[in-house]
Amino acid sequence: MSSLRYRTIKDKIFFYCVCGLSSLTVIPLFAIIWELIRKGYKQINWSFFTETAPSTLDAMLARGTGDIIPGGIANGILGTLLMVAIASVIAIPVGIMVGIHLSEHPKTKFSNATRFITDLIQGSPSIVIGIIAYAWVVKPLGGYSAFAGSVSLAIMMIPLIVRSTEETLKMLPGSLKEAGLALGSSYTNVILRVLLPSAFGGLFTGILLAVSRVMGETAPLMLTALGSTAINWNVMEPTSAVPLLIWEFYNDPNLIDMIWSSSLFLLILVLSLNLIAKHIAKKWKIQ
Amino acid sequence: MEQEHIQISNPILQLKDVSISYSPGKNAVKNVSADIARNKITAIMGPSGCGKSTLLRAINRMHELYPDIKIMGEILLDGKNILKMNPMEVRRMAGMVFQRPNPFPTMSIFDNVVAGYKLNGISLGKSEKEEIVERCLTNVGLWNEVKDSLFKKGTFLSGGQQQRLCIARALALKPDVLLMDEPTSALDPIATNRIEELLLDLKNEFSIVIVTHNMSQAARISDYSMFMYLGELVEYDTTQTMFTNPKDKRTNEYLSGQFG
Repeated sequence: MSSLRYRTIKDKIFFYCVCGLSSLTVIPLFAIIWELIRKGYKQINWSFFTETAPSTLDAMLARGTGDIIPGGIANGILGTLLMVAIASVIAIPVGIMVGIHLSEHPKTKFSNATRFITDLIQGSPSIVIGIIAYAWVVKPLGGYSAFAGSVSLAIMMIPLIVRSTEETLKMLPGSLKEAGLALGSSYTNVILRVLLPSAFGGLFTGILLAVSRVMGETAPLMLTALGSTAINWNVMEPTSAVPLLIWEFYNDPNLIDMIWSSSLFLLILVLSLNLIAKHIAKKWKIQ
Repeated sequence: MEQEHIQISNPILQLKDVSISYSPGKNAVKNVSADIARNKITAIMGPSGCGKSTLLRAINRMHELYPDIKIMGEILLDGKNILKMNPMEVRRMAGMVFQRPNPFPTMSIFDNVVAGYKLNGISLGKSEKEEIVERCLTNVGLWNEVKDSLFKKGTFLSGGQQQRLCIARALALKPDVLLMDEPTSALDPIATNRIEELLLDLKNEFSIVIVTHNMSQAARISDYSMFMYLGELVEYDTTQTMFTNPKDKRTNEYLSGQFG
């Protein structure tokens, strides 16, 4: 009898340990959000989204009178959107094609090598990818540019899209492919018109997660896009991005108050993308 | 090799010494020769693992998805050796219905029926499509049930309705032969009954080969029956003869429920 009692107590202790430790893991996220809101909310207003980053002089003057720092991060927001968009245009087709190959020919030597290399790229430090993009794009083109930044972000996105495409396609029932082929369809048409549409939810989720992953990347952009104080639409010119601005604000004692609002914005952007991805994954779940 | 099987005049399908192996030296189907009748239902029976599905899937070259599978012998569809034809052409002539209903989940009921044309890159006019959809769904007895929800997804239908939709999808391409791989094994008795009645109607227009391990189903609907055991075609005769007067001891034992 006492051994049963002992086991029940052990069971309870274990249960509370698991619950306690899991709730501990959510504390950092809420602590971060709280801290960012507390310190950053003052800076967030209309001009935060519409104006470019302030000069250090303007900021100093504002600080002197106790005002909030004028200006915003429009150049960073637009730069981030521009570079992520171009990176997606490069990475999505490549990633999906490679993913299709891996799921259709899972066991060939070529596939195994591809899978291995994709994993290595995914594990590479982002600064290294930045250096590669610097050597391959910035050097030959003769200058820092949004395009070079996009290439480095695309290199980081491809492995994520490849693996999510492969995993999604693998989950589709084999009967779907057979149904298509049994109607006399070509292999290409089965993939394009049956498998890819059926896997849409998974593919889209993977793409959103990849986008949200690279949106906060700073290191590769320092070596490729460099940054800019003005709004820039020319992809061959140096361009700013939200994480680059945060780094610049951090380095300027007059602008340091801006890091909180910018970080809050970036965090909310990335978190929302993640939440949307989760929602889509749930809604489009393969039955 | 015993060759005293029934003779069929003007067959739609001829299997000539067909052997199929999954790995070298191990045949899942062994030297099967048989002629299959036009506008009749031919049932292939046998216990699990006897090679009946393997044989059926060879007829529309489904095995090409799995490169390890080798087919020997000849399969003639309307006199032409399908093993020498383009597989896409073969599959259009030999429609297939699978064990589990597999409508395309992203397509509406309407699009599922004309999916064969879409996937083959054949573009049809709107009225042509509507005509095909109505005819095929009427053929499978689904028209009245779904005519108001043609543009809903096919996956919302019940299992039996989905299977009838899959049959309609196969019929839409006007195949010479309809191959069915245990089409009712995932369905309840009422849905099964509907499909069986449907097959009896359809044989006026199509030749049907159905794999089943449900003997009573074969007895109910088929005109001819094959009994396969361990990859061999043990017996092939009219269903009536086979069920009343089987020639082979193994057929008799199977039909009387001594194994299977």
